[in-house]
Amino acid sequence: MAELLIKNGFVVDPSQKMNGDVADIAIRDGTIVEKVGSDAKVIDAKGKVVMPGGVDIHAHVAGPKVNAGRLMRPEDKLFKSPNAQEHYRVEMGFSIPSTFKTGYDYARMGYAFVMEAAMPPLHSPHVHEEIHDTPIIDEAALPVFANNWFVMEYLKKEEIENTAAYVAWLLSATKGYGIKLVNPGGTAAWAWGLNCLSIDDPVPFYDITPAEIIAGLIKTNEYLGLPHSIHIHQNSLGVPGNYKVTLDSLKIAEGVKANNKFDREQVMHSTHIQFHSYGGDSWANFESKAKEVMDYVNTHRNITVDLGCVTLDETTTMTADGPFEHHLNSLNHLKWANTDVELETAAGVVPYVYDKDIKVCGIQWAIGLELGLYAKDPSRTFITTDHPNAGPFTRYPRVIKWLMSQKAREATLDSLKYCSKVIDATDLHGIDTERTLYEIAQMTRTGPAKALGLSHVYGGLGPGLDANVAVYDLDLNNMPTDPEEIEKAFSRALWFVKSGQVVVKDGEITHHGNKRTVWVHAKVRENHQVTRDIQDKFLKNYTLGIGNYPVWDHLAPNPYVIEVDGEA
Amino acid sequence: MPKLITQVGCPYCGASCDDLEVLVSDDGKKILETRNACVIGSEIFHHATNPNRLKKPRLRQPDGSFKEIEYEEAIDYTAKALLNAKKPLIYGFGSTNCEGISAVGRVAEKAGAVLDNCASICHGPSFLAIFDNGYPSCTLGEVKNRADVIVFWGCNPMHAHPRHTSRYSIFPRGFFTSRGQMHRTVICVDPRETDTAKLADMHLMVKQGHDYDLFNAFRTVLRGHKIPEEVAGIERAKILEVAEKMRNGRFVMIFFGMGCTHTDGRNHNVDIAISLTRDLNDHTKASIMAMRGHYNIAGPGQVWSWQFGFPYCVDLSKGTHAHMNPGETSSIDLAMRDEIDCFVNVGTDAGAHFPIDAVKHLKKHPFITVDPNICMASEISDLHIPVRIVGVEEPGVVYRMDNVPIQFKKVIDGPESVPSDEELFDRIYVRICELTQTEPIWVHGKAPVPASTSRVK
Amino acid sequence: MATIRMKPVKTPDLFLECFCISPDVFAGKTPTEISRLEVREGKARNELGDFFDIAGSSGKTAEETDIFIDGDCSRVKYIGSKMTAGSVTVNGNADMYVGGWMKGGSIHVRGNVDSFCGLAMEGGEIQIDGNAQNYVGCAYRGDWRGMRGGTIRINGSAGNDIGTFMLGGTIIIEKDAFIHISTHAEGGTVVIKGDVQSRVGGQMVKGDIYVFGTIEHMLPGFKEIGTVDKNILGQSMKFRHFIGDLGERHPKKKGREIYGNLYLRAS
Ligand code: SF4
Ligand SMILES: [Zn+2]
Repeated sequence: MAELLIKNGFVVDPSQKMNGDVADIAIRDGTIVEKVGSDAKVIDAKGKVVMPGGVDIHAHVAGPKVNAGRLMRPEDKLFKSPNAQEHYRVEMGFSIPSTFKTGYDYARMGYAFVMEAAMPPLHSPHVHEEIHDTPIIDEAALPVFANNWFVMEYLKKEEIENTAAYVAWLLSATKGYGIKLVNPGGTAAWAWGLNCLSIDDPVPFYDITPAEIIAGLIKTNEYLGLPHSIHIHQNSLGVPGNYKVTLDSLKIAEGVKANNKFDREQVMHSTHIQFHSYGGDSWANFESKAKEVMDYVNTHRNITVDLGCVTLDETTTMTADGPFEHHLNSLNHLKWANTDVELETAAGVVPYVYDKDIKVCGIQWAIGLELGLYAKDPSRTFITTDHPNAGPFTRYPRVIKWLMSQKAREATLDSLKYCSKVIDATDLHGIDTERTLYEIAQMTRTGPAKALGLSHVYGGLGPGLDANVAVYDLDLNNMPTDPEEIEKAFSRALWFVKSGQVVVKDGEITHHGNKRTVWVHAKVRENHQVTRDIQDKFLKNYTLGIGNYPVWDHLAPNPYVIEVDGEA
Repeated sequence: MPKLITQVGCPYCGASCDDLEVLVSDDGKKILETRNACVIGSEIFHHATNPNRLKKPRLRQPDGSFKEIEYEEAIDYTAKALLNAKKPLIYGFGSTNCEGISAVGRVAEKAGAVLDNCASICHGPSFLAIFDNGYPSCTLGEVKNRADVIVFWGCNPMHAHPRHTSRYSIFPRGFFTSRGQMHRTVICVDPRETDTAKLADMHLMVKQGHDYDLFNAFRTVLRGHKIPEEVAGIERAKILEVAEKMRNGRFVMIFFGMGCTHTDGRNHNVDIAISLTRDLNDHTKASIMAMRGHYNIAGPGQVWSWQFGFPYCVDLSKGTHAHMNPGETSSIDLAMRDEIDCFVNVGTDAGAHFPIDAVKHLKKHPFITVDPNICMASEISDLHIPVRIVGVEEPGVVYRMDNVPIQFKKVIDGPESVPSDEELFDRIYVRICELTQTEPIWVHGKAPVPASTSRVK
Repeated sequence: MATIRMKPVKTPDLFLECFCISPDVFAGKTPTEISRLEVREGKARNELGDFFDIAGSSGKTAEETDIFIDGDCSRVKYIGSKMTAGSVTVNGNADMYVGGWMKGGSIHVRGNVDSFCGLAMEGGEIQIDGNAQNYVGCAYRGDWRGMRGGTIRINGSAGNDIGTFMLGGTIIIEKDAFIHISTHAEGGTVVIKGDVQSRVGGQMVKGDIYVFGTIEHMLPGFKEIGTVDKNILGQSMKFRHFIGDLGERHPKKKGREIYGNLYLRAS
């Protein structure tokens, strides 16, 4: 019986409303308990901040497009990879780290869970192979649904039950977690080189609109009672003036109530909202609409968002929004990878430099932070960088620094070439809000865990939860005046305990942990029509046998399966 | 009762067909019949039950003959050879599953080896082009369901991927291509009158080695500029006609093969083909795909990209990080320059495929082959270690030419005591750890191989 | 100026990776300290002194440090890579990556060099008396930022891929070159005084190429627009002026497209 006691830290755990209370965290066999015996190994956290392990609700960390990015960018590795820790695997890459580096870096930052944000179902064995090679951190993956032939055909006829049966089948077949939407209908249009830029643009050939797909999948999600809500990347990402499309699609959730047994309250998670909060009608008069978007989110409790903050780095963009990547490529002319996936989705990859000397990049950077500062309810607003799209996840500590320190924001603002134009196009300069550690914990722990329907496992330090505990070198009573110290503290945890195992000490990996793959098994009534439809499409349109489609169990050797009874 | 196993994957060419049916004897040991496979695909299944299959490693003796040895000894020999070398090279993986490819990554990292795959001598130039220009591609189902203009450039699927044209590219009736071949215009660019060229609606007999010029001509006319009367042996009128066909296609698919990657300019031929594909996307929808040779030769490119960030030519000799620069860290260059002092040939035949001088250099040092079969490389090796045949006796994940992962079944039991690639490399890894007195690393918490098989005396 | 003198005393079994042979690294170090610098032969870790006798003295800074290697370095990689100042002279051949990622100073190799000479160079001067293999002044794999500045002069001939993804600087090949000059270039100047076989300026966006000899196969994407007199490297000559690659995208300046220039000496 392995026992551990983390003593005397300043515990910051919004799930228990603890805001720096000095307390001990007791761990037995991977779980947090009330008390442990006197033989427990003791970690002295006196004068340090203790938080639950981080929960990342949206990052691209495993799968074909991530790997396409790795493959096509040797220059993301050369002179940009740290030396391996002795006795650990090599760690390659900056913006799209290798699987080993991904696992190690999350652990160093004290993160316990990450959601791979877009799994093409046909490629799900690949996603799981990568998850399997990513040490320490627990992972789940969201299959993409919003451009899927089955879904569009059922929803066109408003057949929620059939959609639900198909979703349930696909979640099990791919070992997926929930319903992801990426550019609903637009990616399907991209198969013919087209796009849907508003929620009322009909999808070519399918005779359905993005709005109908979104509404239908919300219904399906709540019909099934899945732990997570729909998770949407809206139409018209990255286009000046798109905030209107954003508000239009958020409104689709109005009046819908969450139906689930997992303590989730929202019915729509709107991801990397930064990319969707743009005003102006061209890059020339491009401006922030963070206030308009956040005002809406603030007053609608059934919505959660994550930020997608731009970190001003050279990075790699990758998304199932195929037409967007093509568009981006026509702006920067760098290399472009694309994969259209039969019957299901597409994806594109383009390297991108968020350059401090470019006005638009400065504005994008400001918008992400404005959103994080305008949020009235930090437990519905989560920190992400849409890794690696707006910046690598290894910059979360920097985003935290910016959110916690006006001084840090002003310093970065000053370093922009078009500082005054960025000030004109955004409100950031005038915002003096500084997020507290408690709010940061809401935005990176409690909030995302709850939105994922996983607050019974992650995001808190209450007894019964998984023992994921990070100790940071921050003294709550004496917070550093230099904001760089905040970034440093969150970059490298003093201690990180993952599922009861010490995996990081003094910012260095000490153990490979016991990593798990989380997925959802939703039980639904047998549905002969859907079974027939699936068989039919595999015979006629897929190039793969249906028998070879479901992911083998041994590709996800440490499963954590969440059972949902969709029949009830 | 013999058993019919369906939806079986074919471990031969890059088409990676997964619709084979194999009739297996009652005891699960013999293959009686294969259905759906092409001739070369069938062959691989029948080969497996060859009674002369090797069941034990063979070590070269001082008198030049081979002697059968135990696996333990072969594993020990390999571990020591890798450790003693300054720059070992582990090369091949033309017929290994991803499980084996992943396991060898661990070995190479531990041993400080260079890790390379057969792409190095076939589609390596395609990787270089992808590094420089990207890869606008799709899965083969998109081709089947949508493509109405198909270009085969420097490739001959009728010969090298026999069922490619019937399953994916020319004949199948897909969702938007319900009339199959009638729905499609097939264009073949090849200096030779190949069987694929005979099947095509149009054949451009490009002058050998001038593919780049012809791609350049297509791009130039698509931008509305004039080109000379004749380019690369093709008349201007013909070039204009084909350019129009592509511009007016609803979904243009360009497949390219060794005709592009193995003539002058190599990667640049592919690079400009990618540029042409990008240009075409300003007019219509277009996609491009490398006609990868083996059923899982895309596998090492995927696995090593997520493990090390590079698809091939991965130099792990630094110990702290991986380095890749084809031209320097590519197998042939390393061998020709005499920069390698131990060679492990896995699931391919470097003996047959490498230039003679390269083989001569490699032969000065320990030379080990891991392969189910006897081949030229195995016959000149110091040690030959047989393994199970993937897709026949061993299941595993493979990546089709379009990078779609397919979970291949096994259909019969392999010879007892013969390990899979993965088992073999894990055992070599454990042995290296023993010899260096270090702890093995199993990233995903995989239990080390049972003590009974990992112990060497 | 202070000079470190190195004499090869042992040929490596394989090839030596010597990131350390650079004025930046040697500056401020004694010969004994320099001889202890790590060099790699595959995974074997050795000291520079295992392969070279090292004498003389280094300057306080890179700028004040000259390195003279008296002998053959055919099996030594990375000589002068990443250097920012000072000089390196090799009295013999050198292997790959001579002056790779170089930012300043000068390198003089009196023999031949292998591939990747001046890879992703940003400044300084490289002079090679003999021939160069492939990838002179090229970008690292996948990088769209190739050579950005400085000068590379090859007195002999060079292989394929000269100035790929070049953005600035000058490459001069005194004799012939094989194929692929300034592919994907968006700037810089390449001068080939001899003949080139083909693929000159393919996928080129911007930049200048001069060929004094002949081009066996001209790309169809290049269009002749006239004849110009140009003074290049101190020589005045008449050139046929081509623009291209017309198959490639081109930026616009004041509404007009900017092309790459290919100047072929008029016969
Ligand atoms: S086409 Fe290739 S994969 Fe398909 S059966 Fe023939 S050899 Fe096997
Ligand atoms: Zn995303």
